[in-house]
Amino acid sequence: MEYVIEMLNITKEFPGIIANDDITLQVRKGEIHALLGENGAGKSTLMSVLFGLYISEKGKIKVRGNEVKIHNPNDANDLGIGMVHQHFKLVHNFTVLENIVLGVETVRGGFLIMDDARAKIVNLSKQYNLRIEPDAIIEDISVGMQQRVEILKMLYRENDILIFDEPTAVLTPQEIDELMKIMKRLVEEGKSIIFITHKLNEIKAVADRVSVLRKGKYIGTVDVANTSKEEMSEMMVGRKVIFEIAKGEANIGDNVLTVRNLSINSKVHGKSAVHNVSFDLRKGEILCVAGIEGNGQSELIYALTGLLPVDGGEIYYKGEDITHKPIRYRNSHGISHIPEDRHKHGLVLDYTLSENLVLQTYFLNEFQNKGFINFKSRLTNAKKMIEQYDIRSGEGPITLVRSMSGGNQQKAIVAREVEKDPDVIIAVQPTRGLDVGAIEYIHNQLIKQRDMGRAVLLISLELSEVLGVSDRILVMYEGEIVGEVDPKEVTQQELGLYMSGSKRGAGYERKETSE
Amino acid sequence: MTLSTFYFLVQQTMFYSIPLLIVALGGMYSERSGVVNIALEGIMIMGAFISLFFMNRMQSSMSGQWLLVLSMLIAAGSGMILSFFHAFASINMKANQVISGTALNLFAPAFAIFTARMLIGVQQVTFMNTYRIPLVPYLSSIPILGDLLFKNTYITTFVGFAILAVATIVLYKTRFGLRLRACGEHPQAADAAGVNVKKMRYIGVLISGALAGLGGLVLMVPVTTAFDGQVGGYGFLALAVLIFGQWRPRRILFAAFFFGLMKTISAAYTGIPILLALGIPSYMFKMMPYLATIIVLTFTSKKSAAPKAAGEPYDAGKR
Repeated sequence: MEYVIEMLNITKEFPGIIANDDITLQVRKGEIHALLGENGAGKSTLMSVLFGLYISEKGKIKVRGNEVKIHNPNDANDLGIGMVHQHFKLVHNFTVLENIVLGVETVRGGFLIMDDARAKIVNLSKQYNLRIEPDAIIEDISVGMQQRVEILKMLYRENDILIFDEPTAVLTPQEIDELMKIMKRLVEEGKSIIFITHKLNEIKAVADRVSVLRKGKYIGTVDVANTSKEEMSEMMVGRKVIFEIAKGEANIGDNVLTVRNLSINSKVHGKSAVHNVSFDLRKGEILCVAGIEGNGQSELIYALTGLLPVDGGEIYYKGEDITHKPIRYRNSHGISHIPEDRHKHGLVLDYTLSENLVLQTYFLNEFQNKGFINFKSRLTNAKKMIEQYDIRSGEGPITLVRSMSGGNQQKAIVAREVEKDPDVIIAVQPTRGLDVGAIEYIHNQLIKQRDMGRAVLLISLELSEVLGVSDRILVMYEGEIVGEVDPKEVTQQELGLYMSGSKRGAGYERKETSE
Repeated sequence: MTLSTFYFLVQQTMFYSIPLLIVALGGMYSERSGVVNIALEGIMIMGAFISLFFMNRMQSSMSGQWLLVLSMLIAAGSGMILSFFHAFASINMKANQVISGTALNLFAPAFAIFTARMLIGVQQVTFMNTYRIPLVPYLSSIPILGDLLFKNTYITTFVGFAILAVATIVLYKTRFGLRLRACGEHPQAADAAGVNVKKMRYIGVLISGALAGLGGLVLMVPVTTAFDGQVGGYGFLALAVLIFGQWRPRRILFAAFFFGLMKTISAAYTGIPILLALGIPSYMFKMMPYLATIIVLTFTSKKSAAPKAAGEPYDAGKR
């Protein structure tokens, strides 16, 4: 069998960590080869080595049977290797056309000649059914179209080995289906694809073979057709994983948080970031606000937690109007917040664990005496929480939070927020960037809180999480709630339609603006 | 206002606007490549000092436009050399660009004064102004336009407009411009597309050095005959012009003329009868350019179109 790419015994070290430890990857011509692994398993590093962004310490790379040295992206490009990065490498204020030709411009005497490029790009986009607008500015087009621009960038450079780094993370289910079709089409035309992902469904849907990495090590390569999802996940995580989230019936109580006609003006553009949002959050339920990133979820949460002033509407907490109450009032009266950006709003990274655990309570008599810190009680508090919530760190309470893993940082936040005995827990993308073990832990904690009669408001972009954890789902699109659905009845496809604004639920019809 | 006062105003405005235009366009090249160049002030001083020193030595044997052209080349060259240090610190050493620029701003005037005292005994470098063109042949007889642009002028004015025209074309119509802008907005994207980010940034900073050095000389020649180791904050004013001009050549032209007009009013209001008749204290006029800077920047910097990556050392590992 002919291999188009062979990466043999690759080792890449960063200070203090071996990101790739003796990894071998062999890709056949004309196949979709999935690269599977958890966050931090070394997938992106390995691909960066192949693409010339990093140079490996050991190992060799063969392309079409010849040993090569790849020092920079230009070398990779000359070998026909192209990459769609997880975070798109597009210049936000350039046009689609300019982004595609950047680096391989056609010029006459230094002046840009765009006509030939335009014709070639239009042809390619027809051939592969990649819809784009050549003259649109990148920041004005959808994420899905931006991704198609990235794909066209590779095709324009006549690359035939295509690397897709977690391409589905930013897409709606419909866009994912379209991407899968495009990938199959590319392979039919003779391209070879390396598909980096941690989503098993997608591997099952398109990939021919899969190579698995775990903690920087190579675990093995198997045929997708003969391997079950359970087997693949066991290879990825190193133990059996339970996919179904076990939870009983919700025992729903009184309203605790009532939001009425909430509106927030956007800082970025003239429209409102949150528009006329109303909902009730009840005790004993997990209410999920689903939606594609950037549709006003963050602003909604900032308003509820007091981080952003409200431009219209009211927020009631247990019957009391808290619309204009300060942040401390809210978080000391039973509203807990597990923030979206744990480094920005959740932790002071250069404080110790014990300090971070009392960030919102240091002023209580328990932790101070006439303005002086009570170190003893702070330490006792930290030890208790570390024990109870299984927070792992190098040096216990005096560990700098910056040195802890993402999962344990998140556990520390969860511990602090849950320990306050809140009535409302607002959890924003609580599992973002965490590995499977930590995700399980967080999900179980949220369900436990629900079962204790607390109200949980979950903001999530991850559809499996939305459907698995929540009791009720609201979908946000362009700052508005466009529907309420029952997770037991709705399908991923239907949810996708709501998320992309193509469908609205009963009672959430678009209001005609009279102008 | 009589027509002759108006011509006088425009001619004076040129003297202040053209150097601002040249230096701000220099800053544009640097910032569009992703390097903030706060050292414009220092580079202007260096360019002015070296070239005027050259003029001071040479004027006994040479004079007229050729001496000016030669001095302009020397000003640009010395500015480029000084800016090289800023490029090295911010691109190779990944230093904080504000600190590196400040270092040059502190170094340049000290160097100018020290060297002048060592070599000619006094701090002031004097020169004879033999460069004024009272009438440009043929062109000065064009009605109105001839009076505005082609009388009492210097070749530096036309050099300034030429630099503007070239900058506009280079930035938007050439491969170099496309790549330069990509480096200032999203260097990771440029790198992944095969553009050499370091090289582009070096070129950006060196062009800014050349233009700032040239701007120093262009500022000095029409308005004085003695250089005193300083350019009166014009480098910083050029930064303000760059920001007000939203990093775009044509808007920079507009901004440069706005600030140039303010400066002209403050310096030459006594020659404009209407303003003199207002009876406003002279301090008010002197304050105008600076007051205008504060007011204009307060209102325009909010919707700033600064290159996204300006000021950030390029790190290939960042996503």
